[in-house]
Amino acid sequence: MLHIKCPHCGLRSQNEFSYGGDASVKRPELNKEISDQDWDNYVYLRKSPRGKHLELWQHISGCRQWIKVERDTLTHEIFKTLKANEEV
Amino acid sequence: MQKYSVFSLVKNAFKGHKDWEVAWKDPTPKAEYDVIIIGGGGHGLATAYYLAKEHNITKVAIIEKGWIGGGNVGRNTTIIRSNYMHDENGLFSEFGMDLWRNMSLDLNFNVMFSPRGIINLAHSDAQMNAYSRRGNSMRLNGIDAVLLDREEVKKIIPMADFSENVRFPIFGGLMQPSAGTARHDAVAWGYARQADSMGVDIIQNCEVTGFNITNGKILGIRTSKGEIKAKKIGLCVAGSTNILAEKLNMTLPIETHLLQACVSEPIKPILDNVVTFGAGHFYCSQSDKGEMVMGGDLDGYNSYAQRGNLPTLQHVLTEGIAMFPFLSKLKMLRTWGGIMDMSMDGSPIIDKTHIEGLYLNCGWCYGGFKATPASGWTFAHTIAQDKPHTLNEGYSLKRFNTGHLIDEKGLGTKTWIS
Repeated sequence: MLHIKCPHCGLRSQNEFSYGGDASVKRPELNKEISDQDWDNYVYLRKSPRGKHLELWQHISGCRQWIKVERDTLTHEIFKTLKANEEV
Repeated sequence: MQKYSVFSLVKNAFKGHKDWEVAWKDPTPKAEYDVIIIGGGGHGLATAYYLAKEHNITKVAIIEKGWIGGGNVGRNTTIIRSNYMHDENGLFSEFGMDLWRNMSLDLNFNVMFSPRGIINLAHSDAQMNAYSRRGNSMRLNGIDAVLLDREEVKKIIPMADFSENVRFPIFGGLMQPSAGTARHDAVAWGYARQADSMGVDIIQNCEVTGFNITNGKILGIRTSKGEIKAKKIGLCVAGSTNILAEKLNMTLPIETHLLQACVSEPIKPILDNVVTFGAGHFYCSQSDKGEMVMGGDLDGYNSYAQRGNLPTLQHVLTEGIAMFPFLSKLKMLRTWGGIMDMSMDGSPIIDKTHIEGLYLNCGWCYGGFKATPASGWTFAHTIAQDKPHTLNEGYSLKRFNTGHLIDEKGLGTKTWIS
């Protein structure tokens, strides 16, 4: 069981959260002309590292806020949690 | 190579089983190979076997970080099927079914292929319509499919919950009678033994630490046992694909996720098919030892841990009990977790890469085991001929860029979309 510290609500169990994937991925700027490769990078391509991974979670059965979690994908250790608009 | 038969068994029994040959050797790596396959799992071993058998390429090494058959081919839920709607998946998998049917004879190793049939349960009229469409597509591709109504399903699996007041009543199901199960580890041993006998070097406990690439052409690999040169290199490392991709400066449409499965204590024979729940993700069969073999959803977040968490197991088994209420009385014998190379459209990749001489086989998601022979066969073809076979043309790496996705169920890494 993962225990995730929601920056708004405090420490809660994994059951209250849903996963939103790699948080380092940035959507291309709106209305900007970009290549197919840029879309490919944004929509499909992921590093999926073994080790530290910055990811999005939503506290769906709590405050419903999206948050950032820095987690180890090998040990499941959680190093840090942030509000969605905060940078590491 | 010593042939396995009832006669060799009797002969060796009289000699106290002291004279059996080793099934495969433990060679030290040579300086150079024609082809190196990285990954000694089912797919890697099958690829090496078909390179030797179909293409006469025997100067081949399999490089395995741990021991062969120690990953997902060593622990899975053993289901073999080709009940796909899309042509790419259906034709590829049905080609694999033919290889499964002949595998025990072909490899001289009993893989205990048991074509016991798979039933996908439907729980609404809409789902029955979708299954009838899928069944028709399957039949057009020469795959057997039978649409069953509620009463027909009840005759086959009377122990399922057929009461009227359940949340997901059983409306019927889609059956592929020729689908089934096999003994998963035997597949690895069978391929390894045959590949070894044809001259393939199986090199275990040898980790790949880097690649030697010059002018966009692969020259060899760096390993914990030294540098090895090769003209062609194939990656068959499933959940570890992204780790090697990082060493190659490649980013792939793959995320590594955790999938759990479990078996119950052994009970008397009750279930002689594979059955899947249609209102969630749960599947179940009974092993020859009597254990109920069960699995379902991913844990749902990127992981290399090879061990899961209880919330997902609870979620999956809740669905199981909704389908087969008797499961609630059983004790769990063992659970395990493996890492899956989840592709973004839920379909695999067997293709060349932008690096000359480097070939990629990954993205098997939940369904790597059943694909073992067809994956090995087509990957061997792709490596030997330097171009994909028509069976795996659709499984290209470019399809994400061009939009030719094979979204069989719309299930990739983002299982919550379903």
